[in-house]
Amino acid sequence: MSETLASQNEINAEMAAISSEALAARHDGGQPELHPRRGYAPYRSSVLRHPTHALVKADPEAIERTSPAFGHTDVDWYESDLTIQHNGEPLGERIIVTGKVLDGEGRPVRNQLMEIWQANSAGRYVHKRDQHPAPLDPNFTGVGRVVTGDDGSYQFTTIKPGPYPWKNHLNAWRPAHIHFSLFGTAFTQRLITQMYFPGDPLFALDPIYQSIVDPAARERLISSYDHDVTKPEWATGYRWNIVLTGPKSTWMEQDDDHE
Amino acid sequence: MSEFVQAEFVQTPSQTVGPFYGFALPYEGGPELVNPAHPAAIRLHGRVIDGVGVGLQDALVEIWQPDENGEISRELGAQEPDGYTFTGFGRAATTRAGDFTFTTVTPGSVGGEAPYALVTVFARGLLHHLFTRAYFVDESALEALAETDAVLKSVPADRRATLVAVADGPRSYRFDIRLQGEGETVFLDFDA
Repeated sequence: MSETLASQNEINAEMAAISSEALAARHDGGQPELHPRRGYAPYRSSVLRHPTHALVKADPEAIERTSPAFGHTDVDWYESDLTIQHNGEPLGERIIVTGKVLDGEGRPVRNQLMEIWQANSAGRYVHKRDQHPAPLDPNFTGVGRVVTGDDGSYQFTTIKPGPYPWKNHLNAWRPAHIHFSLFGTAFTQRLITQMYFPGDPLFALDPIYQSIVDPAARERLISSYDHDVTKPEWATGYRWNIVLTGPKSTWMEQDDDHE
Repeated sequence: MSEFVQAEFVQTPSQTVGPFYGFALPYEGGPELVNPAHPAAIRLHGRVIDGVGVGLQDALVEIWQPDENGEISRELGAQEPDGYTFTGFGRAATTRAGDFTFTTVTPGSVGGEAPYALVTVFARGLLHHLFTRAYFVDESALEALAETDAVLKSVPADRRATLVAVADGPRSYRFDIRLQGEGETVFLDFDA
């Protein structure tokens, strides 16, 4: 832990080497890599934490083809508006984030819990270990929950999070992002991911984002600005759809049990 | 039935849970699937350990399991536990030492299969969460069980023990999760 931090240039060179190797593998007919590399050395925390053995292929059994049940009664309506959880208005750019959660066949993943969390507009989390010297906002915690609708749709009102520094390497900054946690109709669909904002200048420099080596795959994490979601005199709008794993691992008969 | 072309719906990539989920994901009662006073209550605990043997202070462990009769819960309110209803789902953040503890019941066999709890691990540094199983079987019975259980069968014999919740006291089971290195836990891929 006391070793000298790498420079951004060193991290960039490591990332470029992995990217060109991944690109070459694709040209040789390899499959696109839909998820991040588990061991991605430019993201230093992954080095000692990724399994070194290949994962063991398993057919999901009954428990894995089901998922814990959440309903609209588990979540209060105001939990999807992160700007009204305190006595005053949080600082920053109010945004609406909306979209659909779908499975691999495009079917809505309905009545499923989605949890989000994020930094405030200054790039600070309400977490004791985040001691980055940016202000906490007394009117913003940055935690929301919603249950998807019958068409798989969700919507949050929140504040656009700021980028923030982290200690992966010297002058490391995370692109602005919102964390998403989702349950599907099968526990094998469980997903935790991050939604990014279009045009962020930090994308090329961020090893967590770049750990998804396939360019088309990582672009799926970028929301799009949607003027139809934007509300006059109120908030700008972003749209982001999420696709969980395909139906192979879902238990069709259970689809209606999540009411 | 589907009006969509399947190829359009490509999985959204995973990203790490990061270190700063602690104000968002853990919840009151998350590690207690049953009350500790429940007559069938057991402790399921362990440590999440990295490649040099250090416990992870920023890991999140989830379990999803049937009840002691092998029934899979369809109860609502898995995150709003009332202290009585068994919802089968638990979530625990690790301590500074990397330890997690659940209060639950021994999972029953579903359809005659070997009984186990599904275990999921999230952490800073894990770009994609990890799935594994904590089997509630006697370690001495593993070899015989590997003849019938598809997952145990496909795991090399010398790694099977990493999938066993080991009794370490009265109504207490230990299930350490080694992400890397010697004794690395067997992790499962359901996406094949």
